[in-house]
Amino acid sequence: MIRNTGDLFCLLSRRGLRGLSLAVGLGASLCGHAASLDIDTEIAVIQAIGPEGRGNERAQMAVRRLEQADGDTLLRILAAMDEADGLGLNWLRATADVIVDRELSNGSRLPLEALGEFLLDVRHHPRARRYAYELIARLAPDATDRLLPGMINDPSVELRRDAVQRLVDQASSLESSGKNAGASLMFRQALGAARDVDQIESVAAGLRRLGREVDLPKHFGFLTHWNVIGPFDNTGRRGFAEVFPPENEIRLDAAYPGKGKSVTWQRLVTSDEYGMLDVNKAFGPLKEVTAYAYTEFESDEALPVEFRLGCKNAWKLWLNGELLFGRDEYHRGIRIDQYRVRGKMKAGKNVVLVKVCQNEQMEDWTVEWQFQLRVCDETGTAILAANRPATPMTEAKKRR
Amino acid sequence: MLKRFEETEQVMRRCILLFLSICALPIQGQDWKQFRGSDGSGILGHPALPAKLDMDEHVDWKQALPGRGLSSPIVVGDRVFVSCASGVNQDRLHVRCHAVSDGALMWERQFWATGRTMCHEKTSVAAPTPASDGSRVFVLFSSNDLFCLDLEGRLQWLRGLTADYPNASNSLGMASSPIVIGDTLVVQSENDSESFAVGIDADNGKNRWRMDRPKAANWTSPVVMDDAVSGKKLVILQSSKGVTAVDPASGEIAWNYADGASTIPSSVVAGGILLVPSNGITALRPRSADAEPEQLWRSSRLRPATPSPVVLGEHLYTVNQAGVVTCGSLKDGDRVWQLRLKGPFSGTPVGWGQYLYFVNEKGLLQVVDTETEEGEIVSQIDLGETVLCTPALVDGALFVRSDQHLWKIAE
Repeated sequence: MIRNTGDLFCLLSRRGLRGLSLAVGLGASLCGHAASLDIDTEIAVIQAIGPEGRGNERAQMAVRRLEQADGDTLLRILAAMDEADGLGLNWLRATADVIVDRELSNGSRLPLEALGEFLLDVRHHPRARRYAYELIARLAPDATDRLLPGMINDPSVELRRDAVQRLVDQASSLESSGKNAGASLMFRQALGAARDVDQIESVAAGLRRLGREVDLPKHFGFLTHWNVIGPFDNTGRRGFAEVFPPENEIRLDAAYPGKGKSVTWQRLVTSDEYGMLDVNKAFGPLKEVTAYAYTEFESDEALPVEFRLGCKNAWKLWLNGELLFGRDEYHRGIRIDQYRVRGKMKAGKNVVLVKVCQNEQMEDWTVEWQFQLRVCDETGTAILAANRPATPMTEAKKRR
Repeated sequence: MLKRFEETEQVMRRCILLFLSICALPIQGQDWKQFRGSDGSGILGHPALPAKLDMDEHVDWKQALPGRGLSSPIVVGDRVFVSCASGVNQDRLHVRCHAVSDGALMWERQFWATGRTMCHEKTSVAAPTPASDGSRVFVLFSSNDLFCLDLEGRLQWLRGLTADYPNASNSLGMASSPIVIGDTLVVQSENDSESFAVGIDADNGKNRWRMDRPKAANWTSPVVMDDAVSGKKLVILQSSKGVTAVDPASGEIAWNYADGASTIPSSVVAGGILLVPSNGITALRPRSADAEPEQLWRSSRLRPATPSPVVLGEHLYTVNQAGVVTCGSLKDGDRVWQLRLKGPFSGTPVGWGQYLYFVNEKGLLQVVDTETEEGEIVSQIDLGETVLCTPALVDGALFVRSDQHLWKIAE
């Protein structure tokens, strides 16, 4: 058990990210502290909860028993988050909270050193590590300044965000002092690490103030080059469910009966900084219509990805012919990363197909028929296609 | 053997909960256990708070909150509970318990949102008001995350309704507040896509029933009223299609009113009459279980904006978009008077006796004496922050929250 914040600083700076192996054995060393309690069994009960409340009763009993454990059990509960889903994470978090509250109100010491080791082990669940970080920050507030600089590329987006913010603040300070070269370098560093949209926007603005170029579509991983076909009928919003030919075959030279006319594929490229593909630009501001957008994504390897989509129209998304998700909501708002959909890219060519539907509403704010789609990992880091074309010039750049 | 042990433990736990509920009974009259109070009226039946309020004299305490929210605080015994959401995407969910006496934080639990947190910038992920049965609190967020905690902050069960029903969300945000009736928690998760209402076993979080609901965004909250024949409690579900009365235990539909209703202000019950924000306000008296309710009157002049209607004595009060309060007769819906307040309002007024307490979106608390000829503002307190919540009112105290603070205003 370390005695003060200084000890923690020493420990963390000495071991840095190399001292990870210590944490691996931590769980085993702590087993003996709660001999009467089969912690693994209780944790397994929590990890086994199912949909629609299945397992809630057993989880509740398991949690009641775990809450009796001593402070050292905290690390095992946090480690158990590695194997938990979103609901399990919350069960375990609530359990940890009760133990922490009790130990602190009893004046007991929490295993600060072990928490530090746990935090530095990037193999643990990002949320468990964030929990450890916040607990350390609560117990030893000065420690955060030492910890954050090493977290600029952390798998935890929350930890990374705080680390990026330090860089942004430092860059802004340099810029204010007229030290533009230094500011530019720090902004560049921050941009490379930033994953939250608000930080990316702020950093990009800083770089542009300093006359630097920023390729936001590439940074985000937006898909910008598409083939689109439409309009198909969506009268009465029935087109969302109706299967039109592009759902069965992709033949870019084909013509199909559409809404009131024969329709063919056409090229549509977006130069929008946030990858917005304005379908109205291809077909005009139509109502009660459906269109499809198709693109190919060359991947060097098979890998899991997240498709992150923003859309205020009803939509469906397919990867290599498999429907990943669809949603029939219209004009309730749009933002980057509004929907996160998991998919598995295969090595080589992958086919991405989006169906985007426009409804019957006639208000000014219902004109938009558009979407933005990017490919990234679960932290939001862009995954770029091997065949990614150069980012199209924005309208502003073209004018220049 | 293990199963028997668990069953025994379950029975013991239920007995303890029952015992705790019984212990809590004497103080239940002072509680404010859900959106618009324990009976959903927004009104206390006995003196609660002075009409003449003063900032220096009556702001008892003010506590900082760690995140945004427009859910109402609720009060159970000596504790006030409030939900918040923090983080750049509001995906950190907070449930806090403060001491009524001095505002001290008794405990806080934080959770990670498992559903979508996108919402309109004016609202928040912490929009639905928690509910309590006196021994537990049920806290729902716009992300469709639902938590049941005991009064000491120990998690009893949880649900991720978006994990169960992946298209149950609204990109503008959800706001319907759950309601607990007996041992069933009723949640309306109504939206344009996967729209449903569900009766959840308050003991274990499992569905007792689930019904499809109109596919349309809906921010209204359920209310309770007695069945006209059996006297049994029914839960009233409001939507753009109208209102549906449902047996909370089984989910069976008792009766239906299909002439449309608002999707923002919620209905209120007074004296066996259901006052629905429908074509203005429509007063309905339920009849037998299989018959449509009798329409007593309808008034387009009482049309409410965001705040729900409230009944005080023989009158109904609504607030329109311009901040004008309209007093209508409960008997026939005729307009009695109108009073312009400083608006706009998102929260519903609460009150007792002849007084109504309105808090506008700028944080200005205005107390209206409803028994003067045209209604009169008798005092004001400027809290100085954006307030979108409906206050909680208990004996001697009013609780208001903003994105930053929780206030107790007291004698």
